[in-house]
Amino acid sequence: MRTPFDPSVFVADRLQNVPPSGIRRFFDLVSEIDDVISLGVGEPDFITPWHIRETCIHSIEHGETAYTSNYGLLELREEISWMYDRKHKVEYDPASEVLVTTGVSEALDIAIRAIVNPGDEVIVSQPSYVAYVPSVIFSGGIPVPLSTTVENKFKITPDELEDVITDKTKAIVFNYPNNPTGATMDRSDLEAIADIVVEHDLMVISDEVYECLTYNGDHTCFASLDGMRERTILLNGFSKAYAMTGFRLGYALGAPEIISSMMLIHQYTMLCAPVTAQIGAIEALRNGEAEMQKMVREYDRRRHLIVGGLNKIGLECFEPKGAFYAFPSIESTGLTSDEFSQRLLNEQKVAAVPGDAFGKSGEGFLRCAYAASQDDIRTALDRIGEFVDGLK
Amino acid sequence: MDKQLSHILEILEGDARAAPKDIASLTGMSVEDVSKKIEQLEKSGIIRKYKTIIDWDLVGESYVYAVIELKVILERKYGYEKIAERLYKFPEVRSVRLLSGGYDIALTVRGKSMKEVAFFVAEKIATLEQVQSTTTHFVLKTYKEDGVILHEPEHIKRLPVSP
Ligand SMILES: Cc1ncc(COP(=O)(O)O)c(C=O)c1O
Repeated sequence: MRTPFDPSVFVADRLQNVPPSGIRRFFDLVSEIDDVISLGVGEPDFITPWHIRETCIHSIEHGETAYTSNYGLLELREEISWMYDRKHKVEYDPASEVLVTTGVSEALDIAIRAIVNPGDEVIVSQPSYVAYVPSVIFSGGIPVPLSTTVENKFKITPDELEDVITDKTKAIVFNYPNNPTGATMDRSDLEAIADIVVEHDLMVISDEVYECLTYNGDHTCFASLDGMRERTILLNGFSKAYAMTGFRLGYALGAPEIISSMMLIHQYTMLCAPVTAQIGAIEALRNGEAEMQKMVREYDRRRHLIVGGLNKIGLECFEPKGAFYAFPSIESTGLTSDEFSQRLLNEQKVAAVPGDAFGKSGEGFLRCAYAASQDDIRTALDRIGEFVDGLK
Repeated sequence: MDKQLSHILEILEGDARAAPKDIASLTGMSVEDVSKKIEQLEKSGIIRKYKTIIDWDLVGESYVYAVIELKVILERKYGYEKIAERLYKFPEVRSVRLLSGGYDIALTVRGKSMKEVAFFVAEKIATLEQVQSTTTHFVLKTYKEDGVILHEPEHIKRLPVSP
């Protein structure tokens, strides 16, 4: 008898090493329960500002539906370049140093593929966004976690960074303002990291997709530090600041040699980012500041509400200064992150992602996204309070 | 404008009933500071009034609204002030605006029926000696009032959990 056909033996070995996504697993659990209040959503709850949507509709009505340059519309690259010059005093040539991508997600993937050889080590600061480790694995690299701690406000410290650098280290990936902790790093913190980067001759992939969402002082762009422009692949996009997640638009900035290598992959795998989204992005950069700042002020109010509420409940919460996440410690309850999230979901119908989904160093914490209405946040806090009281 | 001030105003603009305690928890300010700030805002006239937007149609009390355009003859000494004052004293008149362009003043008038509004305009407004002409437009449906969309379609669903 012939053995039955088994498609799974065709799956590439490399994919066997990718750990299952903690978020995916949690998503499946949440989907089975009705009337859940979710603090688990990593995207704005605002709808894209109308002027941006309207511009996109208008462009479709006028038939702007063709491929664009592989790099993205020149007009958009120019807007991006002007913004960096204006905001961060970093100059990027729109012709050779800006690549428009399908979200930061694509930019991240091709940035890593462009620089990582099999066996290269890539340091990934954690807790952090879930795509970094798999992206390194996809390109045959070896992800090396760098744990940040609440004691250091979830910043990368020079000593801890030095500890994980080896002669195989090629690059470091980090993300400030940070998902899931809400941590930010000041200019002086980043300068200390820049010194080490130069000393060990590393590349940096800096995911600054939350740059507009800061609440205490302005964001420092890593590429604006002395000597860092050429060493940094800067990733940014429109998903968070302009509530444009479904448009799928981001970009990468960097040295021409790096950007053209990323472009080599991009032109064959993506061809170009969606044109309608690019047109919306131009509108966002030209006329979106006021609406965006309005959303930022609303996030700031929710931030006060949720951090104050969590601390009152007795879940000690470090003050997040950016993004839209609070990251309280649940250690005082004696539960693991996973137990806490699952029981909170089952007993009180509140969804919040267990911290260990973002790396081992997230254990003992819970990610509570405050991209939710004030009413939902208040109800969620009441329920979390009840849950925690019930544990005593 | 300082950050805390704009927070307080935006919160109250969205919900006139927000209590100082609520505002404190949304801004990190103390309840006393919030109360003090609001008192200042009321005194200085920045906060004029706390208002409720009511959909009278749903109550069954259907009012009729009309927008009235007026052309007026100016009095030498007083400019538009005098006529504006005459107009805004009528309780039927809900708003009075001086405009640039083809006519001078726009009113919104509220009444129980079209007849009542039409008579009010004919008897009380058109007969004022500064009023040269009136054009009455009845409101058929209000879609948005004071920045509030009255019949908004349901919100788009997001995934319950995302990275
Ligand atoms: C840190 C971080 N980087 C990248 C992304 C993905 O962004 P995009 O929608 O631009 O692909 C996210 C989305 O959650 C994120 O949190």
